[in-house]
Amino acid sequence: MEVLGYLLQQLVNGLQLGAIYALIALGYTMVYGVLRLINFAHGDIFMFGSFVAYYLIAKWQMPLSLVFVITMAATALLGLVVEKVAYKPLRGAPRISLLITAVGVSLFLEYFLSLDSMFTPNYIAFPRPFDVVAYDLSLVAITNIQLIIFSVTAASLFLLYLLVYRSKYGRAMRAVAHNQETASLVGINVDAVISFTFAVGTALAGLGGILYGFAYPQINVFMGIMPGIKSFIAAVLGGIGLVHGAVLGGLVIGVSEVFVSAFLSSTLRDGVIFVILLLVLLFRPNGFFGKRREKV
Amino acid sequence: MTFLKGAKRFLVVSAVAYILLKALFLSGLATEYVQQVVLYALVMIIASLGLNVIYGYTGQFSLGHAAFYGIGAYVSACLTHAFAVDSVYAFLPILLFGGLFSGLIGYLIGVPILKLRDDFLAIATLGFGMLVRVLLDNSDKVADVVGGSRGFIGIPRITNLELVFVVLVFLVVVTRNLIFSKYGLFWQCIKDDELASTAFGIDTGRMKSMAFTYGCFLAGVAGGLYAHLYTFLHPSNFDLLKSIDFLVIVIVGGMGSITGTIFAGLLWVGFIEGLRIALPSGILELRWVFIPIFLIILMMLRPYGLFAQKESRFLGIDKT
Amino acid sequence: MMRKSASIAAMIFLLGTGLAGAKETVKIGLISPLTGDVKTFGESSRNAFYIALEEYGKTGKYTISPFIVDDRNDPTEGANGALKLITQDKVLAFVGPLTSKVSIPVSEIATKYKVPMITEAATNPKVTVYEGKRKPYVFRACFTDPFQGYVAAAFALRDLKVKTAAVLYDVGNDYSRGLAEVFKSTFEKGNGSVVAYESYQKDDVDFSALATKIRLKKPELVFIPDYYNKAGLIVRQLREKAVNCALIGTDGWDSPELIKIAGNTIVGGYFTNHYSPERKDKIAERFIARYREKHGSVPDALAALTYDAAMILLVTLDKLKEPGSEQLTKALSQLKNFQGVTGVISFDKNGDAVKSAVILRMEKNGPRYVTTVRP
Repeated sequence: MEVLGYLLQQLVNGLQLGAIYALIALGYTMVYGVLRLINFAHGDIFMFGSFVAYYLIAKWQMPLSLVFVITMAATALLGLVVEKVAYKPLRGAPRISLLITAVGVSLFLEYFLSLDSMFTPNYIAFPRPFDVVAYDLSLVAITNIQLIIFSVTAASLFLLYLLVYRSKYGRAMRAVAHNQETASLVGINVDAVISFTFAVGTALAGLGGILYGFAYPQINVFMGIMPGIKSFIAAVLGGIGLVHGAVLGGLVIGVSEVFVSAFLSSTLRDGVIFVILLLVLLFRPNGFFGKRREKV
Repeated sequence: MTFLKGAKRFLVVSAVAYILLKALFLSGLATEYVQQVVLYALVMIIASLGLNVIYGYTGQFSLGHAAFYGIGAYVSACLTHAFAVDSVYAFLPILLFGGLFSGLIGYLIGVPILKLRDDFLAIATLGFGMLVRVLLDNSDKVADVVGGSRGFIGIPRITNLELVFVVLVFLVVVTRNLIFSKYGLFWQCIKDDELASTAFGIDTGRMKSMAFTYGCFLAGVAGGLYAHLYTFLHPSNFDLLKSIDFLVIVIVGGMGSITGTIFAGLLWVGFIEGLRIALPSGILELRWVFIPIFLIILMMLRPYGLFAQKESRFLGIDKT
Repeated sequence: MMRKSASIAAMIFLLGTGLAGAKETVKIGLISPLTGDVKTFGESSRNAFYIALEEYGKTGKYTISPFIVDDRNDPTEGANGALKLITQDKVLAFVGPLTSKVSIPVSEIATKYKVPMITEAATNPKVTVYEGKRKPYVFRACFTDPFQGYVAAAFALRDLKVKTAAVLYDVGNDYSRGLAEVFKSTFEKGNGSVVAYESYQKDDVDFSALATKIRLKKPELVFIPDYYNKAGLIVRQLREKAVNCALIGTDGWDSPELIKIAGNTIVGGYFTNHYSPERKDKIAERFIARYREKHGSVPDALAALTYDAAMILLVTLDKLKEPGSEQLTKALSQLKNFQGVTGVISFDKNGDAVKSAVILRMEKNGPRYVTTVRP
């Protein structure tokens, strides 16, 4: 019985991490869907979200609901700026140039924000405006933080689903993702749709940043690199371009990471993720749910 | 000497460069620190040359080049440690072995991933690079001396100006011959249009693999030289940032240009290291703010780099 | 009138040049993590270094020209910085690096170039001795990890009276690893049992899996030999997963940031340290007062140690007939009974300081002194 409890507990831990990865992965997948671009800087926008939330809570003592709204707006804004300034001018360019630009944006965000005049390169304690409460449910213990993460993620997913599959904006997004040229022929303002997609994707990353700050209360300018890469792998795992793929991928990656840490060694957790990536790329490059893009 | 045919001018120029450098070193004008930086630049050029073959000529975008550089470094360091090697002559076979080992790993990894499309290849190589980093971090579980994430100390200092120069010149000549041979032609065809190349009967799979393996071999050799220059290795030296270092040199210098790589390598290392001496540590961090901006602007204006496809007459690298 | 002011001017001029000519300039370096994950240590260290220079300047024989390098608590940066100090800046000697993981490669460089270094806080034995061989140019002003780990384990067994312990350490950090190993062997020799011995990586943030794992094993104590950044994060997550047993840390915990990161969860935790600012000693009190005056806070152990390390260098320098790296090294190796802020320091045959350790306990408003343990 204790073993079962232990397993369940680790599963919950994994889902907590996975939910955050899912939120970030969604941004990656949506942007890739409409632009065929791997937005390398996405992890750094996630980091930006954490920092914005930190300032709002620590320096300006804002009520939580406002923190969520402002942070997501800020990251969405950053996403839009990045898109307009760095990616849009390169719309027709070879994919590699775009990728290099994305790498450049990522590095720029990291190092610019690491300057002492900006966020500083230090590790900062993320404030928690509420106390941690653990609920002991005999087999497992769940904290209020985990509950918040699960509920917020679930709610966001539901709203996102409504947006993408049940609204005209979503239909436009799917059209552009399917074929940009034809979409413009049917009268869709492709630029606007791309910008909109970026904004939604990065807003989700910002949300992930806040929740991450709650769960692991130490933020640092370089914190987005690994979660960014892992979330991207999650998106690939589930099938890049697919919303449900990103969610599944995120959860799987989160749980795998935690399980490796629990049953093997914490020092191998990153390595296993990359092995998963290589396996996916070799055997099912279209991802679990995918069938849509050729990778060859 | 078909091998050296056409490279005569380059050899002459290299000899002159060597004499000048040696004089500079011996005169005492250059401190040991500066000497180390110069050697480091030459080592970076070798590794970047490898990436140029992979990406600049053949168009395969690899973000994991530093992993092969690291493999060469660690393997050669382990061997010199195991065999208590001290002299340059005994070191040469080890250096070669380190390079070949890297090349082999490159070949093996290439089999599955080189089939992938460019941006996915980028992610696959990135993933591989990170995997190697994790393995290096845990390497001390296999052999304690390697140090894992504590670092590998006590590597003998075997690399010197003569060794690096000879290796560099030799590899440039080899690379140049390859580039101007039918293989180089095939590689560039593949970069321009892979589908058309296949239609023409070029065995693209084999050619891509060959370019990749060769590039990784160069990286491995460079790694071996690096290890025995700095005498200290740490897995964090071989991460994504290092791969990007090589990429920047290749892109700035120009894809498909050996001259460009040499020039950019010197410029790049000189810039980064020169600033370390010149600037107080507060401003030093700004260099990493301007580098990505520079990169982005470069992508917008000259996406193929400064010397793309052009070789220098003066240095004797171009086709005669 | 003119002649009088002219002669006064001439006198002042002569006096000035005379004075300027009197003191020779000696270059001393400092390698410190001014940025990075142990930034507060680096800052404390630098502050103390300057106070030491100031103190020395009052009566010292030479004018000291300081050269400061930021190693970012990264071994490669440290190695490069040391190389620059030695070959570019040509320092006579230097203080630092602060952490073991940077000190170990730097000590190789110091030995190679025959420049003496005193590390103020690197506690891993490999800094001064490697594969059985002593590195003659390397000294340390603090105790070593075998001693520190022993102190922690002894305290756990004797004073806290625990029988089972879990150990969490950073696999990439010699400091953390070394301490973990010593603790484990000492604890087991004392008939305790280490029920969990888990490693993690420097950049790990999510400790939920490890915390849950430890909870399963139900230890009475968790030993966390790491710097304040990680320690705070880990302790927080341990408490969240209902691991409510006793905690022991090491000198890496000594930072005001610790309580900021961990909040109330760290209250009640113990840690081993080099000194306590509550120490009643003239030299200590004077240093503490000066530091307080200049920086508005009580100096932590790193500051105190750096002050001692720097003063050891400077005081020994004055004893020489003329400044030189070789002579300085020889004189340092004979250091006995130096009265420092952190206690009485003598170098043993390995260049390690023989000193006592203290145990502190984290309270809501900072660490409080508990007891001293002599070697």
